Amino acid sequence: MIRKFISHRWIAVVVLLSSLAFAQGGELHFCLKSEPKTFNPVLVADDSSEVVRYLTGGVLVRVNRQTQQLEPELATSWKVSDAGRTITFKLREGLYFSDGTPFSADDVAFTVKQLMDPNVHSVTADVFRSGTGAVQTKILGPDRVTVTFPAAVAGIDKLFDQVAIMSAKSPKKEMAVLGPFYIADYKPGSYVYLRKNGNYWKKDAQGHKLPLLDAVKLDIQPNRDIELMRFKRGELDLINALDSDYFDKLASAAPNEVRDAGPSLDSEQMWFNEVPTAPIPDYKKAWFQSQNFRQAISMSINRADLCRIVFAGHAQPAVGPTSPANHFWFNSKLRAYPFDQQDALNHLALAGFKLQDGVLRDSGGHAVEFSIVTNSSSKPRERMATMIQQDLRTIGIKVNVVVLDFPSLIERIGEKFNYEAALLGLINTELDPNVQMNLWLSSAENHQWNPNQKTPATAWEADVDKLMRLQASTADPKKRKAAWDRVQEIVYEQQPFIYLVNKNALSAVSPNLANAQPVVLRPQTYWNIDELYVRNGGDKAGK
Amino acid sequence: MKRIRQFACALLLVVAVVSLAAEVFAPANYATQFRDELPNAGPSRHHWLGTDDLGRDRFSRVLYGTRVSLLLAPTAALLSTFLAALIGTLAGYLGGTWEKLAMAGADLFLSLPWLFLLLMVRAMLPLNVSAFTSVTVTFLLLGLLGWAASARVVCTGARAIRNSDFVLLARASGVSRARLLMRHVLPNLKPVLLAQFWISIPVFILSEANLGILGLGVAEPLPSWGSLLRELESFANFSNEYWRLVPLVLLVITVTSFQLILSRDEVAA
Repeated sequence: MIRKFISHRWIAVVVLLSSLAFAQGGELHFCLKSEPKTFNPVLVADDSSEVVRYLTGGVLVRVNRQTQQLEPELATSWKVSDAGRTITFKLREGLYFSDGTPFSADDVAFTVKQLMDPNVHSVTADVFRSGTGAVQTKILGPDRVTVTFPAAVAGIDKLFDQVAIMSAKSPKKEMAVLGPFYIADYKPGSYVYLRKNGNYWKKDAQGHKLPLLDAVKLDIQPNRDIELMRFKRGELDLINALDSDYFDKLASAAPNEVRDAGPSLDSEQMWFNEVPTAPIPDYKKAWFQSQNFRQAISMSINRADLCRIVFAGHAQPAVGPTSPANHFWFNSKLRAYPFDQQDALNHLALAGFKLQDGVLRDSGGHAVEFSIVTNSSSKPRERMATMIQQDLRTIGIKVNVVVLDFPSLIERIGEKFNYEAALLGLINTELDPNVQMNLWLSSAENHQWNPNQKTPATAWEADVDKLMRLQASTADPKKRKAAWDRVQEIVYEQQPFIYLVNKNALSAVSPNLANAQPVVLRPQTYWNIDELYVRNGGDKAGK
Repeated sequence: MKRIRQFACALLLVVAVVSLAAEVFAPANYATQFRDELPNAGPSRHHWLGTDDLGRDRFSRVLYGTRVSLLLAPTAALLSTFLAALIGTLAGYLGGTWEKLAMAGADLFLSLPWLFLLLMVRAMLPLNVSAFTSVTVTFLLLGLLGWAASARVVCTGARAIRNSDFVLLARASGVSRARLLMRHVLPNLKPVLLAQFWISIPVFILSEANLGILGLGVAEPLPSWGSLLRELESFANFSNEYWRLVPLVLLVITVTSFQLILSRDEVAA
């Protein structure tokens, strides 16, 4: 009797364990917004390819999207030396690529060589290009490798988060991976199917092999309406980035399926054309070049209303070039410009403007009127521009909202400089401010309000140039932080970009998906892909 | 049939009068943003059709938008019909090389990708133009570009008249070309031209609506049917909120009414 009881208990334990093993698996389904352009990790330049790289690529170090701290992955330790020029990695031993090829320092050297090859034109490599000259890699042993750059690279260690290691010896080339999944099938225009990498090295705290999922199916679906409909029908497990409209509609039907992780790194901003050769009247150039004018405009915009109405409360008033979501680099002394139209009129009076019969006029008697251009494919931007139009009308400024198709817009703001003010957004994928060098240096092409300057047009732009170069040339995080804090203060005072809002990171997660903890950094919902699993084994409705 | 035509006329008249007197009927200005109330609010005592995504009274915007579309679409139709009459009549009446040239021009216009052309022209316009100027220019462009299809129909009609016995008789009697054109050909083309005019109105309304859906129609804050229909771009925005469909219903009613008031002869023409 006792033996029978024990044997029943064992059977129960075995059944329970096997059911748990089954439960911790399944097939994750979500959508790519476009066709991935490449599966070669060094050539990645679009969002969809980046998704595949994140899910399949093994990296030396990884920025934990929740803590924003750097964590070891394929490298167990690393050391930055030579004032930020050199980084030495100690690699994990006994690892294999998905096809069984062993991993060694040769693979790291091979990947760096591929990445920095000028003929490859890798976008990922741009952040590593610090000076003229070749990048040197030195293999110190099968598990140690040193990479030396021609000049110091700011935040060099964190930049390796984007570098997926490729095999130097595998016949499968870039299809042999070190990440949690490998590409098992790809049907152009339809889907990318990823299967669990049996050689993946990571284990969870209990010693179970990761990833917990068996497979990931990425359906290629550019239409957001269809994506939402499929999520509602239970055919998808997550939507990585949701618009606020969709978020609220979904929240009203299924509040436990939507997640608002708070303000993201992305910002929406407007700026005035300050290009000296721009084909706009001189008196308008004088307005736009006036610090008081820009500050007054900034104060006259009700950012709280923009957040509440345009983004249904899923946004925060923006402060500057770094979002409060960026814990380390955000200058916490700064606050978003308060909405104060009386103070705005005071600033305008200091710059010689007068409000007469409800019309604001400059010292030459010109009525203040300007246009804001934005792109036709963004409804939120059009709405923001219309709200700014009403805000500025109350201080006597007439604003014309002009919506253009994207190529025409880019031609106007980037080539002909034939515009007065523009409203666009900036997508930030990196925490480190060094990636914004091409925005803040006065000589940079993306220095939108007055690009490609031979010498800085203003004293404050010269200061920003110096500070940006300082933060880029030192490895000391404290010095870099101090320099970037000062840049943020100058930008706050000068308002060359009038930062409007930081949109919240919104996502939708099926209740069947376990361990999902959406965060603000990309990829918001599946950053911990190793630990995710589908509770019912991924048995989708209508599958 | 006569009853239906009368009903369609009455309907169009009501729509036109109410939209022309928008200041009287609209409870608010079309541009006023009621930010303290919820945007996208449902119908209420103050906002009969609720508010749009910026908290503007939707009923007021429908009235003003109807005025914009109903005033400017016939203007554009008039322009395109005038061009079609000029080119089509001359081509059909003169015949030979003139006809071939005019019809080749019409074919070229018909083969042009209108949308891209309009986008290009819109992008070249000065930025600081008022919303009303912007919408007027949009409709005038539609009118200038929309003559080709009508011109082909008019040309066929003019050719038939040129070859008719009464024109032959008139020519044999020594009537001058100009007089023939003005006294005999054009009056006989009247039903064709009227039909083309009525048909063009809904076409231009829909074209502006299409441009509006692309965000390239009438500039904010001025409403038009096109900009009002943008609310229906996404099914998520109007599920269970049927009052948002009012601009669409109004568009369908108006376009149908325009079609119904065409007489049988005009349709045949």
